[in-house]
Parts: sequence; structure tokens; C-alpha cells
Amino acid sequence: MSQRSRLNLIVVQILILSLVLAMLGRLFYLQVSAGLKYQNAALSIQSRDIVTPAIRGAIVDDTGLPMAMDRPGMVITVDRSVFGKMPNKGQAVLERVAKLLGIGYSDLYTRTRLCGEIAFAKRVGCWNGTLYQPIPVTKEATEVQALKILENPDLYPGINATPVPIRSYPTLAGENAAHVLGYVGSVTAADLTNSTKQYYLNETVGKTGLEAQYDQFLQGTPGIKTVIVDRTENITRTATTTAPVTGNNVVTNINAKLQAATEQALTSAVSSARAQGNRADSGAAIVMDVHTGRILAMASYPTYDPNIWQKGLTTAQAQALFSEADGVPALSRATDGTYAPASAFKALSVVAASHAGYDLNANYNCPYSITFGNQKFHNDDTKVSGSMSLQRAIAVSCDTIWYQIGYDQWVKDGGLRPKSNPKDYFFKSAALFGVGQPTGIDLPSEASGRLPDRTWKLGYYKANKNFYCNYASRAKPADLTPFLISIAKEDCTDGYIVRAGDAINFAIGQGDVLMTPLQMIDVYAAVANGGILFKPEVARAIVKPDGTVIKEIQPQENGLIPASSSALNFLHGALRAVATTGTAAGVFGNYPIQVSGKTGTGQVQGRNANGTAKDPTSWFASYAPSNKPEFAVVMMVSQGGYGASTSAVGVKEIYNALFGVTGNTVDPTKAIFPKGSPPTTLPRIDLRNPAVKTP
Amino acid sequence: MTTYRTASRSQHLFRNVSRYDRWLTFATFALLSFGTVLVYAATKNWFAAQHLDPQYYLKRHIINIVIGLALAYGTTLVDYRLLRAYTPIVWGLGVLGLIAVLTPGVGSTINGAKAWIALPGGFSIQPAELAKISIILGISLILAERNGATSDPTDRDVLRALTVAAVPILLIMLQPDLGTTLIISAAIVIMIAVSGAPTRWIVGLLIVAALGGFVAVKAGVVSQYQIKRLQSFVDPNADPQQSGYQLRQARITIGSGGILGRGLFNGPQTNGRFVPEQQTDFIFTVAGEETGFVGSGLMLLLFGLFFWRAFLIAQRTNDLFGRLVCVGVIAWFALQAFENIGMSLGLMPMTGVPLPFISYGGSSMFATLIGFGLLQNVHVRSR
Repeated sequence: MSQRSRLNLIVVQILILSLVLAMLGRLFYLQVSAGLKYQNAALSIQSRDIVTPAIRGAIVDDTGLPMAMDRPGMVITVDRSVFGKMPNKGQAVLERVAKLLGIGYSDLYTRTRLCGEIAFAKRVGCWNGTLYQPIPVTKEATEVQALKILENPDLYPGINATPVPIRSYPTLAGENAAHVLGYVGSVTAADLTNSTKQYYLNETVGKTGLEAQYDQFLQGTPGIKTVIVDRTENITRTATTTAPVTGNNVVTNINAKLQAATEQALTSAVSSARAQGNRADSGAAIVMDVHTGRILAMASYPTYDPNIWQKGLTTAQAQALFSEADGVPALSRATDGTYAPASAFKALSVVAASHAGYDLNANYNCPYSITFGNQKFHNDDTKVSGSMSLQRAIAVSCDTIWYQIGYDQWVKDGGLRPKSNPKDYFFKSAALFGVGQPTGIDLPSEASGRLPDRTWKLGYYKANKNFYCNYASRAKPADLTPFLISIAKEDCTDGYIVRAGDAINFAIGQGDVLMTPLQMIDVYAAVANGGILFKPEVARAIVKPDGTVIKEIQPQENGLIPASSSALNFLHGALRAVATTGTAAGVFGNYPIQVSGKTGTGQVQGRNANGTAKDPTSWFASYAPSNKPEFAVVMMVSQGGYGASTSAVGVKEIYNALFGVTGNTVDPTKAIFPKGSPPTTLPRIDLRNPAVKTP
Repeated sequence: MTTYRTASRSQHLFRNVSRYDRWLTFATFALLSFGTVLVYAATKNWFAAQHLDPQYYLKRHIINIVIGLALAYGTTLVDYRLLRAYTPIVWGLGVLGLIAVLTPGVGSTINGAKAWIALPGGFSIQPAELAKISIILGISLILAERNGATSDPTDRDVLRALTVAAVPILLIMLQPDLGTTLIISAAIVIMIAVSGAPTRWIVGLLIVAALGGFVAVKAGVVSQYQIKRLQSFVDPNADPQQSGYQLRQARITIGSGGILGRGLFNGPQTNGRFVPEQQTDFIFTVAGEETGFVGSGLMLLLFGLFFWRAFLIAQRTNDLFGRLVCVGVIAWFALQAFENIGMSLGLMPMTGVPLPFISYGGSSMFATLIGFGLLQNVHVRSR
């Protein structure tokens, strides 16, 4: 044999040896160097987490009555991965399911389509998840329907029925409380990425209200069963199982019966305002414990049934929730609606005036009208005029006194050429009352209102300067009147200056100042309790299902209102006079409970959609009993007309329920709080047997 | 008397066996045992889950090994130099089998390739496996005709050898079975190199192979799925659902075995059947997952031991025919093992070739053990 043959044999030997070494090296890399990475990859391929949602904690009222709780439901799911292999993509099965559940086929078809699969306009109700998870089509199946599906897998391939908890708002005391409780919904992509808590795809989370605010407590921990699957997704074995942990209960300060009464009072106030010819498009009513800032009831009109979210919202329902024509029922007026406080603001004006050095016990002249420059300002709520005490002026709601005071203070601060360090008694007092600041209530959404002080004015000017300086070209043709053009010219050059009109209007809570009903009740509760501005609290405690208290929410002060004790004394007298001899005497004159309060009738600029002028905002802000205040009650009806005739009447209805008043007699046993004040201890919660009380 | 005669006959029958290369025999039996366990591990839980006999594959695999060992033994009985005379017949039978498998009505198509001839009893044979032996013997015969002791093969000899090889290779390509074609072709180049043929042939054949591959892909001779497999080798995401998926799964399965493995019959990837063809083409993934680096590395070392002993046999023989047969068998086993394991490891593109000694499959097992027999035959006769 030749040398070449021997040599080549050695080359081939080396070649094959290197092949074996290459394999060994690669094997070492895969199994030893990168082994961990591949072990994790394998685990994610083989294991599936089956999530059993935890029972969500209940939200109960101050007596332990559940206002929101989970009840057992039956979910029907459609597994479309099974449909792929069937004739017509499982149409026959889907038709059978539609018939069984009593749902229209086209509706069911939409519910089982990915949103990307159908035309944009028809997407309502489409499935937001993936094709690889069973698609829930209803949570309200009956046991009979579920059994039919489970017992006939040949007729219903890919269809499954499993029990699930459904969020329910049982309205056991007739309360609705939709805006306070909020609602739950499926986790969104944002929840999954934007949260410190780890959510699973089929979990529900609180979207608004208490459900959202205390979601981390209500959630519970879902049960996770990790199963090992094969390539065809058949489960080969169960790796780990953790049982779901029920969420904690939230005890609120809300009293469901009082809530129901408050809602009823608001609704009837709206109705009566309408009967009097007002538009009365919306409203809010709140009851607060003046000693703690606890919210005992909070209603917003119009409202909606929070249960609709769980039943599956129809397009019409979803649109109605946010439609202007229906009054945007989703919006909570109590916390998110901002309105000119009007004469209810005078409690703040009194404090400002006392700081400015005005004698609260002196007499002041209250003419019917008063002219500053070329503008005439007149009284609105009252026809009484002449010289009178300041208390009388508050009782009858004289405006002209405040115009004068507001104007004089404005002049002292420099008028159109403001001093470098103006006193601004009105702005500064209002700020200390919380105007323009959110109260910090334990609800996820709250408006801050508006304090139109010099800073705000300057900011507003900067934002709108361009518009005013180019008014001729930018304004709507209809607004190009000589008067408006001249105002625009003024606003263009020195729109940042607080004008006489601004100061005058501010003194009676008109003009640019805006407050939420919640801010208003906080102010009146502070006046009632001697000056403490509380952070309003809806929730009282977080309690484990076994009754262990996890967290008790203690009253928290936001600060003190800037009122001296003499100013407070004056206010107590004046606000009482409103109810005895003033604007609310017609409502509370003979009322067996001593009520103190202030009416407000806020003029609103702008027009309704149909072109009519807007009716005034009706306010009544109050507390009772006058000599030993326990409760503050505020009602506001947007476009509700006079404060006295609409809101004061509504507030009286709430006091009727609170104190057990029928006609002119008080029956303390019928009072919401028979002891006279809200409970100090936490209630026992029994969700299996909630005491059903009718209001 | 009777007793004595029987003993004497059995002594005679197994006289060869005692002269076998012990390490080669050891490596072979170790690999066969390893393979038997792996075939069982790959199929036991799967069949049990379907309420079928969990030992279905195990039993058939053992039968295959027993038949294969009998064939191997038979191969060693006759001096391989006498086999030279029968080589044209063996070659002819190989080609006949390959023609038969392509004949409509005789061959059956599985996974897109006409590679099997169904036999009664649920068995089937794969003529291409046995044709490998025909080709190795045929080429060795021609290249060693001048008996290299005196002179190396001439250009004419090489051309004749290529012609002899071309016929069965073309028939295998027609099935189509690209993997086997490439492995056999590469083995032939190695055999030509070791035969002492002019070096220009080696260089030329490598160039032809490179150009041929390029033209084949460009001209569309190579079918679409083969190109896809190649693409997904280069970029695993190119065809994630099919071959890319399988290659990725194979790598994950092996990698997740770690150092010690998940334990026999306990591989979640194997039991979940995330990798296809676990008892044949992807059997190395079972070794990787369930026996880890320790077990699958041991398998590679056993292959290494086998090749080392086989090379020693090739070196020690003074007969070029014997040497070429040995080199042919070694190249065939080594390239096929490298393709099979390399595919699972992500070193090689995907083709469906069995792992010698390990994979389930009768024809492959028979051919492999006949190859083993040929090595032992050369060993026994060169002492």
C-alpha cells in the first residue's frame, strides 16, 4: 500500500476524531454552560398555569351589610382551537350553543372572534384575548345549561362550563352607590405591565371607585395549578397546586340605608327642580361625620346599575354611560363635578372679611344694586335691602355687601396696578379652606376645583394670550361683536391682571371659582367641628375574611380653616339664622332638628346644547344639630334653580332619614344612627347570611 | 460422544467470535444496550398513555438487534476476501432493491419519501440502508483491484468506481433521500482518498460537490422543504412552525438535561413528545434529556472508542480491499452519527437519518450490524 494511502488514512482519522470532539464540545455547551437557560425554556414549553380566580373581598357598609360581593356564577367558554379542525369551523356547534344559551348567533359569533378578526365598526363585544385560551361567552349560565353542555361533549365539543365568582352589587338596603363602589373588569394590557402586583390574564381588577382604590386588598390571591402538558396540550401531570386565597373585606363608613335615603332625596330634588321648570341635569349629595370626615353617604345623579358590567355591557349601555345626552352617568358629580359655589361660598368670605379687619357684628348697607365703573351688580337671592347686620345679610343672602367688600379690598391691593405684595385676603383664605386642592378622599378620581387667584390668572393669560391677541381671525363669526372684541383687546394686553369684576364675583363665589360638592362639605364640616378640615374617608377598615382587622383607617386632618373662634361663632349664628329667618326658613323654619346651613344659587355662563340659557346651580350646604353638630349634609343640583327650593328641600329629606323625622316629630328609634352618631366599632360581617333590611 | 461432538461444533461455530476485536465488540454492545434503553424511554410513556403496549417498540427493537447480530455473525463466517467474488451479486441485489422500492405498488411512501418495502407481519425494509453495504463493497472491489501493494488506483479505476457508485446513489436520490445520498457520497470521497488515488480526484470531487450543491439549490432540483430545513438551520426563526420548531425543541430538550439528566423515563420534553421521531431521527434528544451530559457524553465516547478500534483494524490490515471496506464502514457510521447527533445539537441541518446502533429501525440496524461484522471479519482475517 502506498504512502499516500497511509497518510490519507491518518487524515481521515483526525477528521473523524474532530467530529466526535465537535459533538462533545457542543454537547458541553448545551447541557453544562447553557443548561439553565434551556431548562427554563423547557419549563415554559411544558408547563401551563391554570388560574382559579380568588373570591374577591366584599365591600360592606358600617353595619356589615354587603354592598359589593362575589356570588357564584357559571361561565361558558368556547375553545376555538378545537373548532379549527371541524367542518365550517364549528358553526354548527356555535349555533347549538347560541340556542341553548338563548343568545343570538351573530352576537355569540362576535363574542368568540378576536377583535382583529372583525371589521372595526362591529367590534363591540369581541374577544380581547388570544385564540389559545377558552373564550368566556357568558357568566350567567344556569345549572341546567351547564349540565347539558357537560353531559354532551359530543354535541358541544370545545365548549366548557365552569363555576366562577361573579361580582354582584346586591342593593340589599335599596342603595345604589355605583360611583362610590365602582366596578370591576378584566385586566388590561396596562394592568399587566404597569403594576407592582402580578396579575393573571383572566383575573378581574377594580376599575373605579372603592373597587379600584382598595383593589390590592380586595383581590385575594388566585389559586395556581401548574400542569405539565405535552405537545398536543394534553395534561400529563400536575406539578404544583396552590389554593386560592379569598380577598379581604373593606368596611366602609357608608351606611347603606342612609345611602339609599340620600340617593332618593337627590332624585326627588332633581324631579321637583324639573317640575319647577329647571333643567336639573345632574346632582350630588353627601353626608359626612363632622368629627372625623368620614363619608356616611355619597350620591351622584344620574347613576347606573353597577351590575351591568358583569352581565356583559351592550353597546347601547356602554355609550349611555358616557353620553352627554344621558347626563354622563359614569361621572361622579360629588367628587368630579366642579361648580361655582355661589352664596354657599359666603362662609369663606366671612372669614376673609374678618381677616381684612371687618367687624362681623357691625351693620352694613345692602342696596339692591351697586355700580362699579360702568358695570351694575345687583342682589340675586333676596329682595331685602337697606342697612343690616352681617348676620342678617348672610341669612337673607345679600350680595351687594360682599361686592363692596370685595371691591374695596381689590382697590387696597392696588386695583389694576396691583401692589407687589397684595394682601389677597379672599384668595388666601379660600386656599386655606381647600379651594383648588383635592381633598384626598380615598377614591381614585377627584377634581380639584379652581382657585382663580393671581397665579391662576397669569397662567390662564399665558395659555390664551394668542387667542385674544388674534381674536378677529380666531373667534367664531358669531362672537365678533364690538363688545367682545373690545374685551379681547383688553385681555390681549393685560389679561393677567385681576380686575374689579373678578374680585367682586369671587367674594360671592361666582366668576371663575369652582368647587366640588366634596370640597364644599369638607368646608361646612370644618365650620361645624370648630375648624378642622378632614381628609374625607369612605373606607373604615380592611378586615380579613376570618374577621381579623388588617388595617383600620384613622381620621386624618388636612389642616385647620383660617377662622378665629369669633369668626366661627359668628358663622354658627349666621348659618343658623339662614334656617330660621333667612333663605332656608321656608324649609327649616319649623323643623324639629336644628339645622344650620347656607343656600347657594350659582349663575352659570354658557348655554345648553339646545341653545337655552343654563339654569342656576342649586346648593345647600349644612350641618346639624346646630348646637352639637354631628353631620354635615350637602346637596348640589346642577341647573336645579334656587338653592332653597331645590337643594334645601332635598337636604331636609336626608335629615328626615338621619334623625328619624316624620313631619314635625322625631322618632330616634327610626333614626339611621339610633345613638345619635355613627358607630365607633367595626361591624361583624356574615356574607352567607347578610341581614336583608328594606329601607 | 454426542456430547463431545456438540461441544466441538459449538466450539467451531464460535471460534471466530473469540478472535473478534474485544473493544470493538464491547463498544458495539454498549451502544446497542444504550440504544435499547433509549428506544424504550422514547416510546414507553407515549404508548402507555394511548393504552397501547408500552413495550411494543422495545420488543421489536430487541428482535431487530438479535437478527442484526445473527447477520453480523454470518458476515464474519466467510473470509471477506472470498466475499470479493460475490460483491457484484451483492451490488446487483442492492440496486434491485432500490429499483423495487421506486416501483409503484411495491414501495410505500412515508414522510414524502418512497423508501420502504412493506413486508408481511407489519415489518418493512429500507433497501437504501442495505445498499450502503453494496456500494462500499462495490467501490472497495474496484479501487483495490490492482491490489495496492503494487500500485495505486488509476484515473480509470476511480472513474469506474464512481460509475459503480453512481447508479445506486441516483436511485437513492430519486426516493428522495438527501441525507443518505450526501453521507454515502462523502464516504465514497473518503474511500477514494484512502485508496491512494491521485489527489486531484479528492480536490476535484470536493469542488464538484460544492458546485453541484449550489446549482441544485439554484435550479430547484432540491425540493422546497429541503431548502427550508437548510434555512431554518441557519436561522431557526425562518420556519418556526416546522423544521425550525423541531430543531429548537431538540436543542431545548438536550440542553434541559443538564449535567446529570432528568432520569430515564422522566424527561418531560420526551414524555410530552415535543420533539418528533424520538425513537429514530431525534433519539439523541432522549439521551440528552434523560441521561444528561454524563450519559450522552458517554455515548459519544463509546462512538469514539468504536471508531478508534475500527481505524486500528483498517491500519493493521495489509489488504487494500479490507482497508477500504473498513474505511467505508467507518466513514458511513461516523458521518451518519455526526449528521444525526449534529442535527439534534444544532450543528447540522435537518435530515432524517438514523443513529447507528441506537435508533429504532430494522433495516438500519441490520445494515449497521453487517457493517460491524465486516469490520470484525477484516480483523479476524488480518491476524
